[in-house]
Amino acid sequence: MIHQSLFVYSGYRYFKLCILLIIASVIAYAVHAPVDGPNGGTWLGYTLGGLGAFIILLLMWFGIRKRSYKSDMGKVQGWLSAHVYLGLALIVIATLHAGFQVGWNIHTLAYVLMFIVIISGIFGVYAYLRYPELMTKNRRGNTLELILIEMSELDRECREAAAQLTDEINKCILDCSENTKIGGSICQQLSGKNANCATQAALNKVSELNKLLPREMAADASRLMTLLGKKHELVQRARRDVQYKAIMDIWLYFHVPISFALLAALTAHVVSIFFYW
Amino acid sequence: MADFKIAIIGSGPGGMSAAAHAAELGLSHVLLESTDHLSDTIFKYQKGKHVMDEPQVLPLRSPLDFSAGTREHILETWNTQVAGHNTNVKYNTEVTAISGEKGNFSIETKSGETFTAEFVVMGIGLQGNLRKLGVEGEDLDMVQYQLDDPDEYADETIVVIGAGDAAIENALALTKQNTVIIVNRKDEFSRAKQGNEDGINKAIDTGVITPYYFANTVKVEQFDEALGSGEIGKIVLSTKNGEAQVNCHRIIARLGAIAPRRFVQSCGIEFPSDDPAAVPALTDQYESNVPGLYIVGALAGYPLIKSAMNQGYEVIEFIEGNDVEPADEPLLKAKFNSFSVRNDNMSVSSVLEMITTNVPLLSGLTTLQLREFMIDSDMRTPAEGEIIFERNDFTNTFYSIVNGEVEVQINPQDPSQRISLSKGAFFGEMSLISGHRRSATILAGKNCVLIETPRRSMNKTISSVESVKRVIDEAFLMRALQAKIAPNTSIEKLQSVISTATLQNFKAGEELFREGDDGDTLHLVRAGSLTVSKTVGGKEVVLSYLPAGNYVGEMALFGDSTRSATIRAAVATETICLDGDAFRKLADEDEDVRKRVQEVIDSRQQVNVQMEDNSDSGTIISFLVEQGLGEATDVLLIDESLCVRCDNCEKACAETHYGTSRLDREAGPTFASLHVPTSCRHCEHPHCMQDCPPDAIHRAENGEVYIANNCIGCGNCQRNCPYGVIQMALVSKKQKSGLFSWLLTGAGIAPGGHDATAAKKDPDAKKMAVKCDMCKDISGGPSCVRACPTGAAIRVNPGEFMSVTNLENY
Repeated sequence: MIHQSLFVYSGYRYFKLCILLIIASVIAYAVHAPVDGPNGGTWLGYTLGGLGAFIILLLMWFGIRKRSYKSDMGKVQGWLSAHVYLGLALIVIATLHAGFQVGWNIHTLAYVLMFIVIISGIFGVYAYLRYPELMTKNRRGNTLELILIEMSELDRECREAAAQLTDEINKCILDCSENTKIGGSICQQLSGKNANCATQAALNKVSELNKLLPREMAADASRLMTLLGKKHELVQRARRDVQYKAIMDIWLYFHVPISFALLAALTAHVVSIFFYW
Repeated sequence: MADFKIAIIGSGPGGMSAAAHAAELGLSHVLLESTDHLSDTIFKYQKGKHVMDEPQVLPLRSPLDFSAGTREHILETWNTQVAGHNTNVKYNTEVTAISGEKGNFSIETKSGETFTAEFVVMGIGLQGNLRKLGVEGEDLDMVQYQLDDPDEYADETIVVIGAGDAAIENALALTKQNTVIIVNRKDEFSRAKQGNEDGINKAIDTGVITPYYFANTVKVEQFDEALGSGEIGKIVLSTKNGEAQVNCHRIIARLGAIAPRRFVQSCGIEFPSDDPAAVPALTDQYESNVPGLYIVGALAGYPLIKSAMNQGYEVIEFIEGNDVEPADEPLLKAKFNSFSVRNDNMSVSSVLEMITTNVPLLSGLTTLQLREFMIDSDMRTPAEGEIIFERNDFTNTFYSIVNGEVEVQINPQDPSQRISLSKGAFFGEMSLISGHRRSATILAGKNCVLIETPRRSMNKTISSVESVKRVIDEAFLMRALQAKIAPNTSIEKLQSVISTATLQNFKAGEELFREGDDGDTLHLVRAGSLTVSKTVGGKEVVLSYLPAGNYVGEMALFGDSTRSATIRAAVATETICLDGDAFRKLADEDEDVRKRVQEVIDSRQQVNVQMEDNSDSGTIISFLVEQGLGEATDVLLIDESLCVRCDNCEKACAETHYGTSRLDREAGPTFASLHVPTSCRHCEHPHCMQDCPPDAIHRAENGEVYIANNCIGCGNCQRNCPYGVIQMALVSKKQKSGLFSWLLTGAGIAPGGHDATAAKKDPDAKKMAVKCDMCKDISGGPSCVRACPTGAAIRVNPGEFMSVTNLENY
């Protein structure tokens, strides 16, 4: 197996590094017993705080590295591997830095924002682990574009099959080919469903109308149903494809902006501490 | 006193140019032409044929004009100019005998008239004796060896035989009104002029002409009665897939010509060998072994119009006692400069002579061929110890040793183990033929003088000079057997085995042999690759993939004559076949052979056991081979279970290559979770290189096949690439604004984004072919792989990748 996921990257290099960091921080925290209880203002507090701030900057620099296409400063995969593990280690480091103190202040705001970023990141990791494979399976070797082409081909065949049938059925088929939407609003994309699906509607209606047809039309009618069924299946697959992609993308719309908010809160936190010192 | 100072026989480009120059100088002369018009060969060209003026670098030196144009235009120019120079032409005068000696030749003609002359220039060409099919039915009415006017025929099925310029031109002209089939002994038209090669390839690609490759004529038969569809006969061809029959109205065979030898010999002129393709031996001044009798044009081995015309001019100067330089002299002089300066200012002709004497391989080339060969090649004089190329380099030039020696490092583990190759030897043929990396490091030895010839010129020479092909094939056989099977066997012993070895060609998908077949031939893969499969539970399962350099059929060594597996060519493949007896003889003489073969058998058995447990890997190999990976050297593979479809690979590619991505991630087939995106595979024998007019496609040392800046944007490579990985793009080299200025101010286009209009606005933008160059100019390796955040994109060598251990988890 030559392909390697970002978790095992380079023999778990960053996983090991983070475990070491966490163990060191926990031991230091356990051993250290300041007079006024653990907090950010002790030597250990400053050390852990400095380390945490450095890690946050490093994690944010990932965005730069990812876009520096000519850079030869390590592979992006290595950066992401470090990004994931260091981000998780931050939970421990930042919490120990705060000495479990929370309050209604700028410091806790930074802490909370950090947590939101990390949680969205964890969701991202989950999405990256789960959806790529589902997406491949769902596509069955095709691209979304090919699925859409196949759909319009089926539309054409449906129109042909319906040509000898009633006007009402033809209207349904026309509606199905013109009004079936893939994608749509964020909710529709994320759910992979469409309450007003024209193909589903056509399928239901045509099956009703078919019952009223004279016997000589039965062959055409059943062919039409098969075609509609195929199309419905494709529509569902296309929507699922869009859904998976949306899920893999959506969390970044929280992860990135909130990390900038975190950067602002962090700056305020650091400045205020030195200001009031 | 003779009637004329100079009698010129034949009014082809050479003779005509000689006569016109004699007239220009006011010499007494006569030009004897057997027909009623000038230059019969060109006169017989197709109407409206576009005549080319290759080699283009060669300057023209003749009182008559000549440049590329239609046959009619060229003939008209010559007619006018020959008349204008008051040339003394005698038409309808066929010469039947020449006798006498320098100063007093007597020339007899068919009409009974006799001329006397002090000197004779013979320029009778080769057309007198067209080469025939040499099979049953070659003289039937439906077989012709010339085509005067292609428009004479309509609505016929016509089979054109040959791969040279004449065949291609006939075939293309006939397509206007007929169904045309072309029969080629090989699979390329590289012997033809560039324009013709382009034309025929295009016609074949678009389905206008149907080709039969690797095909030889077996016989021609005329039917007693025409078929309902009008065909009056059939041609039987032997092809790689067995015999093929084509019903047709007409067969046009354009197989070149043989020197009208008997007449020439009757004049006392000697030929160097019995080889029917041989031309008379001449001095540098074109004088034959009969003093005073000169030969010019195709009969002298100068088949190109421009060089023949130059020769006609020069021969008159030589007769007048003037020593003129050949027209390409300055080009060669410049080429040889660094060498001749160090060797008492050796003249060009002595350098060429030295090359012919010192390098037997090139001795079969005529002077003109050698001069052309040298214009394309480089003369190198590396210092002792200098590396010529290193093992695993991906270069593919060919080297001949003119002087001194080179050292070959035969053992990569121990660089001190060397053998030397000396004067007359050649090297580099392994990479040239197999398309693989260099198999050894070569260092310059003492007084080393080398000729380095580019792939394209070498291939042209191999396909046009039979003796070069033979010698290179033999050397390849010998070295391949030495490297892969019998390293300790002496050359003499190998030679006796090699005499029984043959070369065989297989098309993609063709079987070498089937499981259960009888046979004990050993196949050593020389170019291409193979798959090994077995029937397991009634189904054929691919067990392994073998790239060039491997062999199959090794069980024969142990007297086992039943094939244990089915072997198929993964791509067009060439193998060296060794029959079982020869192979066993090798093993008898060298204990090591048996041991090495046993090792191969053992390791294969292990793989087979693993594969039978894990038949999915075999299915993946089949899938990858179907995608053409059998001829790839480096391919981008995406593991779709890791790919998050972020397209960062495409963005990185575009960002590092002036805004055009050379890969299409989503396109291309997927099997299990393994996706082969549309991206260059850097083939062993790149299809794109086949036909690049400016020779702009090269292979870099690390194997990257890239398109250089001298691309003219003709699109041939795009058409020739079977994998659709080359695009034509308007390339603007203007830099985009930086990442930080975009991040902080929003200026310019986002990284990875593309402004389609930017290139159109740039006046310096150039339309050219673009393809993956594996980021050879960027440190750190291919940017697509480096930019992939999840590790889904990797580049691999398929030969290494397609093994069971690598495939079990897909």
